[in-house]
Amino acid sequence: MGGNIREEKERWEKTTLNKALTKSKEREDVFRTTSQIEMKRLYTPLDTDDIDYCHDLGFPGEYPFTRGVQSTMYRGRFWTMRQYAGFATAEETNKRYKYLLDQGQTGLSVAFDLPTQIGYDSDHPLAEGEVGKVGVAIDTLKDMEVLFDGIPLDKVSTSMTINSTAGVLLAMYIAVAEKQGVKAEGLQGTIQNDILKEYAARGTYIFPPLPSMRIITDIFAYCKNHVPRWNTISISGYHIREAGSSAVQELAFTLADGIAYVEAAIKAGLDVDSFASRLSFFFNAHNNFFEEIAKFRAARKLWAKIMKERFKAKKESSSMLRFHTQTAGCTLTAQQPDNNVVRVAFQALAAVLGGTQSLHTNSRDEAFALPSEDSVRIALRTQQIIAHESGVADMVDPLGGAYALEDLTNEIEKKAMDYIEKIDSMGGAIKAIEEGYIQQEIGESAYQYQKEIEAKKRIIVGVNQFQVEEEPLRDILRISPEVETYQREKLAKVKRERDQAKLAEVLSALKKTALGTDNLVPSIVEAVRAYASLGEISDVLREVFGEYREN
Amino acid sequence: MSRKIRVLLAKPGLDGHDRGVKVIARALRDAGMEVIYTGIRQTPEQIANAAIQEGVDIIGLSCLSGAHTHLFSKVTQILKEKGAADIPVMGGGIIPSEDIPTLEKAGIRGIFQPGTSTEEILKYIQENVKLS
Repeated sequence: MGGNIREEKERWEKTTLNKALTKSKEREDVFRTTSQIEMKRLYTPLDTDDIDYCHDLGFPGEYPFTRGVQSTMYRGRFWTMRQYAGFATAEETNKRYKYLLDQGQTGLSVAFDLPTQIGYDSDHPLAEGEVGKVGVAIDTLKDMEVLFDGIPLDKVSTSMTINSTAGVLLAMYIAVAEKQGVKAEGLQGTIQNDILKEYAARGTYIFPPLPSMRIITDIFAYCKNHVPRWNTISISGYHIREAGSSAVQELAFTLADGIAYVEAAIKAGLDVDSFASRLSFFFNAHNNFFEEIAKFRAARKLWAKIMKERFKAKKESSSMLRFHTQTAGCTLTAQQPDNNVVRVAFQALAAVLGGTQSLHTNSRDEAFALPSEDSVRIALRTQQIIAHESGVADMVDPLGGAYALEDLTNEIEKKAMDYIEKIDSMGGAIKAIEEGYIQQEIGESAYQYQKEIEAKKRIIVGVNQFQVEEEPLRDILRISPEVETYQREKLAKVKRERDQAKLAEVLSALKKTALGTDNLVPSIVEAVRAYASLGEISDVLREVFGEYREN
Repeated sequence: MSRKIRVLLAKPGLDGHDRGVKVIARALRDAGMEVIYTGIRQTPEQIANAAIQEGVDIIGLSCLSGAHTHLFSKVTQILKEKGAADIPVMGGGIIPSEDIPTLEKAGIRGIFQPGTSTEEILKYIQENVKLS
C-alpha cells in the first residue's frame, strides 16, 4: 500500500525474496531471451518510469504506432487468415485454395516451386526433381489462369512469395485479372519482392544486387500508377529468423533492408510519400512469447521513427509498419509432431498480441513435407479459436503497459538500432550482405542455438527430452514425379500454340527495355500476355543483367 | 599421426535452406575434420566431380525442398559411372521416413532427419570412414 516502490522493492529483496533464494536456487543463474536480453526476475513500475506515454507509445492508429496501426485493431476486423499454400500443379493448388476459402480463410497466399522462384521453366535441366515440390509450378500465363480459375480476383487478396521473378508473376496476375474482367486498379495483394534477404538467407536470387534493385524500384513506380492497392514489397525477417538469427537480428536486418529499398526508390526519383505506404513487412513468430510480442511492437515504433526522422516522410501512412506473420517453421519437430499444434498456437497468439495484419499458422507435419489437408485445417482452426474464442482480440494491444513487455520492447528497439547503426557505418544493407556480415551474424546465432540444444541448455520437448518411441508419421502429402512430366507437356503445348512472331517481338522489346532505363514492368506484362514463359523472360534478363554468385 | 577426415558437404538442386548444412560444417570442423562446403545450387555432376577432385572420404548432401530422392540418387549414380562408388554418401533434410528405403537402395547410407544432433552425424562419419 502506498509507499515508495524503490524502497519497498529493496525491502522485499532483503526479506521475502532472500528467504526464498536461501531455501532454493533458481533454475538458472541468468535468464536470457534469444537475443541475449537478460530477463529480470520481476518487473515493476521502476522499469517503465522513463517511458513518456504519449511520445513512446501513443494511441493506436497514430504515430509511432507502438500500440497498433489501426485505432480499433481486431475489434473492427480480425487479421487476415492467410495460409501459404501451393504444390504440384495449378490444377491441384486451385482445388486447395477453394478448400481453404470454403473453410473460412480470408486471403490467399501462393507458394511457388523453386524453378518458378529462380526463373527456370519446368523443362529446364536444373528444374529436374524440383517441379511442384515446394509450391506450385508456373511456366506461363496458362498456368496462372488455371491457378485462379473460379476465384474472383476483385474480392480476394493474394499474397505471392516471389522475389527475383516477382515482376513476372505480378504481370501474370494482372493479365489473369484482365481476363476475369478485373482492372489492375482494383487488385489487392502482395508480392514479396525482397531480394536482399534472398542473398542473406533464403537463396532464390538470380541477378546481382544492382539490377535486382532496379527491378524492385520499377515495380514500386509501376504499381503506384497502375496497381495502387498492391503491396509492392514484403520486407521479410521471416527467413532471416528461419536461417537462425535472434529476434533482435531479425528485426534489425529486416529494417536495414527496408532502409536500403527506401533509399533505392528515392534515388530512382520517387517521392517517399508516393510509395512508402505500400511497403509491407513479414515477420516470424518464434517460441519466446514475450520477446516476440515485444519485437512486433518495437518494429512498428522503430520503423515509424526511421520513416519520419530519417526519410522525412510526411504522410502518416508512410510511417505505418504493417506486417504479415508466419509461425516459425524451424521450431517444428519431426518428433511427436502433434506437439507442433501447441507450439503453433502459442506462436500465433504472440503474433496476434503483437498486432499482426495477417497470419499463417504452420501445420504439424511440416518437418516432413508440405502439409496435408487435415493438418492445414487444424492450423487454420488454431487462428479461428484465437479469434473467436480466446477473447484476446477484443482489446487493442492488451499487453501495452505491462512493465515487462514495455521494458523488453525498449531493449529490443535499442539493440536493433545498434545493429542498424553498425550496418549504416558499413555503407548499408547491400554492402553488409556483400561483405557477408549479415550472413555471419545469422550463422553464428544458428550455431549457438544448436549447441545449446545439444548441451541441453535449451530443451526442445520430444527432441532432447521427453522422447518416446514412435511410428513414422503417415498420410503426409506426396508430390508425384508425374507432375514434372505433366507440367512439361503443358508447357510444350503452350509453346507450340502461341503466336511465334508476337513472341519474338515482345522478347526483343523486353531486352531493349532492360538495356535502357525505362520501367521494365510494361514490357514484362506484354511478354506474359503473349505467353512468353517465365524461363524465357528470365533468360532475357539474365543475358542483360548477369547472374549473382554467392561467395 | 593420422590425417584428418575430409568431408564434402553439398546442397544439390535449387534449395537455398543452408542453415543445417552450415551448422554441420562448423561442428565437423570444430571436431577436427576438414570440410569443403560447396554452397547452394549445385548440380549432382558438380558435386560428384568436386568429391573426386578433392579426394574426400565422405559426401554429405542436404536438401529441404523434397527433391532429395531424385537428386541424392543422381549423385550416387554419377559417382558409380565415374568409378567412385567407394566414396560413402550420407544425406539429410526434410526427408519422410517412407523415402528411406528408396534412398538406401540408391546407395545413400546415413540418412538424417530433422532433430538429428551434430554429435550423431560426427559419430556416423567416424564409424564409416576408414582412413587409409
